[in-house]
Amino acid sequence: MKQQRKPKLAVWKFASCDGCQLSLLDCEDELLAVAGEVEIANFPEASRAVARGPYDISLVEGSITTPHDAERIHQVRRASKVLITIGACATAGGIQALRNFKDVREFASIVYANPATIEALAKSTPIADHVFVDFQLRGCPINKYQLLEVLSAYLHGRKPNIPNMSVCVECKQRGIVCGLVTHGPPCLGPVTHAGCGALCPSYHRGCFGCYGPKEAANTGSLSAWWAGKGMTERELLWNYRNFNAYAEAFRKESEAHEE
Amino acid sequence: MERIEYSAIETLLQVLKRRDYVTLAPILREGAIIYDEVENASQLPRAFVDVQAAGSYRVERREDNAYFGHHVGPTTWKKFLFPPLFELFRVIRTASGFRIEGDANSENHDTVPQHKYAFIGVRPCDVQALALNDKVFQNGPYVDRAYKVRRESMFVVAVNCTEAGGTCFCDSMGTGPKANGGYDLCLTELTGDDEGFFLLEVGSERGADVAKELPSRPADPSERERAVEAIQRARTSMGRTLQTDRLREMLADNLDHPEWDNVARRCLTCANCTMVCPTCFCSTVEDVTDLTGATARRVRTWDSCFTLEFSYIHGGSIRSTPKSRYRQWMTHKLSRWVDQFGEYGCVGCGRCITWCPVGIDLTEVARAIRERQHSSITLQEEV
Repeated sequence: MKQQRKPKLAVWKFASCDGCQLSLLDCEDELLAVAGEVEIANFPEASRAVARGPYDISLVEGSITTPHDAERIHQVRRASKVLITIGACATAGGIQALRNFKDVREFASIVYANPATIEALAKSTPIADHVFVDFQLRGCPINKYQLLEVLSAYLHGRKPNIPNMSVCVECKQRGIVCGLVTHGPPCLGPVTHAGCGALCPSYHRGCFGCYGPKEAANTGSLSAWWAGKGMTERELLWNYRNFNAYAEAFRKESEAHEE
Repeated sequence: MERIEYSAIETLLQVLKRRDYVTLAPILREGAIIYDEVENASQLPRAFVDVQAAGSYRVERREDNAYFGHHVGPTTWKKFLFPPLFELFRVIRTASGFRIEGDANSENHDTVPQHKYAFIGVRPCDVQALALNDKVFQNGPYVDRAYKVRRESMFVVAVNCTEAGGTCFCDSMGTGPKANGGYDLCLTELTGDDEGFFLLEVGSERGADVAKELPSRPADPSERERAVEAIQRARTSMGRTLQTDRLREMLADNLDHPEWDNVARRCLTCANCTMVCPTCFCSTVEDVTDLTGATARRVRTWDSCFTLEFSYIHGGSIRSTPKSRYRQWMTHKLSRWVDQFGEYGCVGCGRCITWCPVGIDLTEVARAIRERQHSSITLQEEV
């Protein structure tokens, strides 16, 4: 029987910190299994060797922030059978999408000696705003076990088990006592997409919303409850302005508390 | 009815441990009174009380030295019988096909833990919840073997309530504050000016066998009278009430009531209410493969009718709106559960009220519907 060729895996970087693609190298124990199942064809963080496309699976990290990247993502899409975005930048614009609420030219004029040479788009946007995306894996950074689950699912032609429920379900499954109800720090868990395994609540911190809004996130109700407990408009705004500030539910909620 | 002294609690724990029970009891952790394994009576949350309101829970010191001077917390006993994550079986690829290992529902399965659990401090509402769990998991045509194995070997020490919590309404549901069977032993704790003590009732042969080893004397009439009064005090100080007269019909007849829209505006669909509910039993199964495809595992996890995926069938989710999800949950508990099992699926423990992050109160929702009843529409889900 002819040996089947291994699927080609490529990793692409756009505007990002590299943390999500490093989750793949961070797989440690499972890394050899990954290398055994796929040909790592393009992954500059791991190897300078680059194999030509097309690629069976492309993992895309980062958001689109420059005219050059807005073109490049189309090339990546054309060379990829399956395109999976990884992380908050690629799925929601990332922390750099905080610029979307202000004038980026103003920032450039302050930061750079010669801002005329800077070519930046007015907004940092997610990959799905530009090309068709087969699957979006959330998180800042992504959870390596979820990455392995998505890769396993695509390699074996099944649906990934990535539930879109709230972080609260993970908390309760782990038996973590709810900080919101026991008067702990503010927690975005009830409006945030699961996936981290309730990491922050397990250390008695509120959820920061790293995985972005869950489906049907009722941020308005949570804000109204907090406002009733004395949270100021400014605090409400900044609760939603972080890694997923430009994800629709969080964006609308923070804008509702702008002065 | 016997009187046992406070010191007998330690004896009770040790007697149960000698009989190879894993002793599970209330314990103070992370600012809440939860249920977990305890080694001795000093670990019990003595002299603490939980102050509960809608969306609020706080543990405070008590003035007396009561062992069970608290109410119910965020944990439910169901987690020991119906664990949040449970592997049902695994499939191993072989040269000629595949083989199945560790099937939790097979008679000769050896990976279902053989723990004998002793639940100590089960409140009357939770005793009734266990009876409802039994109907779902072991009394019907589909028996959950892992549940049944644990349930049959289990020992229940119930504790009657002499104070009601801020969100309690067991009196409305007829499940408390006094346990009516369903236990091996039942305690009523009495505190006052003197050092407190317990009155002990035996509910089974297994219970009688354990009770024999506890130093006791027959309770005198005045002590019995104090117990009756204490339980009556709990009955008359319920934090909430739910009028159950025609409740099943009223909800079924008001599926288009505007109150469902009101509650949907507040509901976060976060699923906390279902996670803390002692009778919510929904689960989903996930098939997990490894990277190489050599093994696959089928894992059962707690699920909730508040998630979008819960009602997903070919083509989409039936209950896409928060309104339809909240209505599904509440009408199941208080209306269709009666059709299905012949009694309410709510035991009045109040956990869903306390642990809702925005304090939604099902007794208020029911009251709002009752006060302004609508003409009925036929039972159909909006898509």
